[in-house]
Amino acid sequence: MTIRVGSWSVRLAPRALLVGAALIVLACAVTVAALATGEYTVPVPDVVTAVFGQGTPVAEMIVGKLRAPRVVTGLLVGAAFGLSGAIFQSLTRNPLGSPDFIGFTAGASTGGIIAVVAGGSAMTIAGGALAGCVVTAVLVYALAYRGGVQGYRLVLVGIGANALLLAVNSYLLTRANINDAASAGAWLTGSLSGRGWDHARPVALALAVLLPVSAYVSRPMRMIEMGDDAARAMGIRVEAVRAVAIAAGVLLSGVATAAAGPVIFVALAAPQLARRLTRSPGVTMGASALTGAVLLTAADLAAQRLLAPTQLPVGVLTAAIGGTYLALLLRKDRH
Amino acid sequence: MRPAEETAVPVAGAGGDAGAARDRRGRPAILATGLVVAVGVLALTAMASVALGARGVSFGTVIDAFLAPDGSNDHTVIRELRVPRTLLGIGVGATLGLAGALMQSLTRNPLADPGLLGINEGAALGVTLALGLFGLSDPAVYVWFAFGGAALASAAVYALASSGRSGSSPVRLTLAGVAFGMVCTAIASAILRMDSQTFDRMRFWLTGSLAGQTADTLVRLAPFMAAGLVLGLMLARPLNTLALGDDAGKALGVAVNRTRILTGVAVTLLCGAATAAAGPLWFVGLIVPHAVRAVVGPDQRWVLPYSALAAPVLLLAADVAGRLIARPGEVQVGIVWAVIGPPIFIMLARRRRVAAL
Amino acid sequence: MATAPAKGSPQMASRLSGTSLTLAYDQRVVAADLNVSIPDESFTVIIGPNACGKSTLLRALARMLKPRTGAVHLDGSVITALPSKEVARRLGLLPQTSIVPDGITVADLVARGRYPHQRLMRQWSRADERAVSEAMRATDVTELGDRIVDELSGGQRQRVWLAMALAQETPILLLDEPTTFLDISHQIEVLDLCADLHEAGRTMVAVLHDLNQACRYATHLIVMRGGEIVAEGEPRDVVTPELVRQVFDLRCEIIQDPQTATPLIVPEARRRVTASA
Repeated sequence: MTIRVGSWSVRLAPRALLVGAALIVLACAVTVAALATGEYTVPVPDVVTAVFGQGTPVAEMIVGKLRAPRVVTGLLVGAAFGLSGAIFQSLTRNPLGSPDFIGFTAGASTGGIIAVVAGGSAMTIAGGALAGCVVTAVLVYALAYRGGVQGYRLVLVGIGANALLLAVNSYLLTRANINDAASAGAWLTGSLSGRGWDHARPVALALAVLLPVSAYVSRPMRMIEMGDDAARAMGIRVEAVRAVAIAAGVLLSGVATAAAGPVIFVALAAPQLARRLTRSPGVTMGASALTGAVLLTAADLAAQRLLAPTQLPVGVLTAAIGGTYLALLLRKDRH
Repeated sequence: MRPAEETAVPVAGAGGDAGAARDRRGRPAILATGLVVAVGVLALTAMASVALGARGVSFGTVIDAFLAPDGSNDHTVIRELRVPRTLLGIGVGATLGLAGALMQSLTRNPLADPGLLGINEGAALGVTLALGLFGLSDPAVYVWFAFGGAALASAAVYALASSGRSGSSPVRLTLAGVAFGMVCTAIASAILRMDSQTFDRMRFWLTGSLAGQTADTLVRLAPFMAAGLVLGLMLARPLNTLALGDDAGKALGVAVNRTRILTGVAVTLLCGAATAAAGPLWFVGLIVPHAVRAVVGPDQRWVLPYSALAAPVLLLAADVAGRLIARPGEVQVGIVWAVIGPPIFIMLARRRRVAAL
Repeated sequence: MATAPAKGSPQMASRLSGTSLTLAYDQRVVAADLNVSIPDESFTVIIGPNACGKSTLLRALARMLKPRTGAVHLDGSVITALPSKEVARRLGLLPQTSIVPDGITVADLVARGRYPHQRLMRQWSRADERAVSEAMRATDVTELGDRIVDELSGGQRQRVWLAMALAQETPILLLDEPTTFLDISHQIEVLDLCADLHEAGRTMVAVLHDLNQACRYATHLIVMRGGEIVAEGEPRDVVTPELVRQVFDLRCEIIQDPQTATPLIVPEARRRVTASA
């Protein structure tokens, strides 16, 4: 579908728009459900009035102070992971090319664990995670650079870094005393419990800047998926686009990990799920971000309610999502 | 991977033929001597592994501990801890080295490794299930869970890597392995998180460690390791032929599917037993066969036994290093390897050739 | 050492040329001090034995490979100094290998050739639409429009890639071995298409393997060996038994192609079979 106004023209895929709208509705539904349920159930109409600041004091307290920060953090972190995954899957031309496997999430974990063991506050841990992620990314990029960074080399160097960092992480865990190890271990599974607005704000800021950037580079990135030479022949500055995309992807997964811990597999599953829903060739940025948001908040809701009153860390559920996703990939799909 | 030596085309040109023929007659003798030397080196490393550690012991004391044990502290440490640990290291090293060589040959993938491709993680998940969930503590019992996990992992990773239309490539296979391994690890740690006692006991094992296993574990696992080693070494000839490609292999009379399945069985036995003994270890199976091929050439009849002998040497050396650098504590051998391994892996990955495969 | 004099190529009008190029991958120097100019509106074919540097030269001309020394000029400017998108509107390349994105349709893939003509707020103009449908008509893939590229045969797929390069609507089009992996009838089909495009006024540059096909289709032949240009000019002036022996180490006889009167290389038989049976 093409809309033309004078010399301007914009291409829209109706199905993608429809899927996007459906995902937004779904995200709203999950949000309301998460705000309404829990130890104390707030009726849905009260939730809505509370959200707009017109509710009863009790409802506003529970919805606004206790539950909203967690849900909003979940939405933002999910979107950031989804978008980051979309970027790396496009760059590596591989549905498994997720930041979880090429060292970035592991690097964020290393930074986080060091902060935990050093007894840092929540903010220090977040800062450590972001720093760990960025340092890892710079090293991986530098090591993979050889007159340009090719997707496969990025993957392989990243896998090497991933192995090294996982070992460093477990070394840190074995050296720590049992209490530190347990709390670092809990952080490592990824969790949204106790997240406040301080956690949500950096992610929101990162998304506000990086979502437009990602959308802008998504067109040349789609060309790079056809091979470096083909893209260069079309006039794309392949290395520049790739560097911008990697930077965006790394920052997104870094801030997301800083906020919620290394919640793996959202970045893996969201882009492919979105792709299948929109039936578009290649990954799509916006739909991946929305899918990530829905996946993570839904997983968090399930983690809270599935075995209530026992609260599971959301990472356990996303690991299950990851397993299911791999199983789905095993089915040779032809459309 | 290069074609096997026995089917390689001799160097053309006058004089070259005679030289090549002489070389080929001389080479097996040299290589066989090399194997004997390798056994000697392994024995020396084993001696060092028994003698060195948080508390250094003289070689004289080591010999006394065997010939005339007097129940002293040193002798007890040697007989009860160091010797089983060293023997375990030899078993685990040999199995992983051979498993890596078999996998690299079968998948024609220079980056194949039991740890990287998720097979050890699959086995570890099996062991975690057995120990953490069902409380089965007999190694000869939970090793079957390790086999199940390893077999599932090899099948799943292979299928994952070749599920795309473009077929399997080293990068795809490696990614699939890492992805599957991460899922296994995530599930395993979720299980452990439910039970902090098991978590504390198993977190060292999950990193890959030769410490903390008794002589009994070794005895219970040894038959499985031996079976895997024998089966794996017997596959050298068909694998040599399969290195030329499935079609060429078939044309030369290899039962391609049977060879694949038998190799899969051998890899499962080797990785399952090794992981049950020492936890999921990475990179041993990757790097040793590479180094071996650089020395002895592409003939699997030599690559496989050399890998099985060289890997325990390096594993024990890393284990001893881990004991020495952090005295009086120690660094798990899995961590030592995970620090040595990645730089070498990255070096291999940066080679242009990998992309072309 | 040129057996045939390079027929005044420096004086010829040329939008695309390379001067004193040294071409190298990492440490390996493929060609040193190479001078080449592509005559305008020619169908230039670069030919030579394996590993003679012909694809490397083409990649350098298409700015895929940065020369270690020297420079490639397009319309008088150093090609790397021009904005890449600007170059892409004047010069197209069909690379040897491209990757088909999963699940993409033929029409979508061809449409991607319009990238250099598009902007954020001009994503699909009427000119884009026209160029794509013309490119698909010229390559005879219009009926395949809604098919998934992955499911096509090799010959069809190559035509689709060619359509994408055509949709780019560049006056100069470079093709890196466009006929590899194709059977003989598809090879001729692709080359005939290239000849049509050349006749419509485009400058075509192709790397080919088959000397006879090169002789038949080229208006300008560049013969390479060991990173050097051994001869260039019109095929009938350039191709001699001595040249073929010098370049390909092949003894041969040269006869006239009965269809086109261009040179036809007949390799010398090692064992002569007497015609009488």
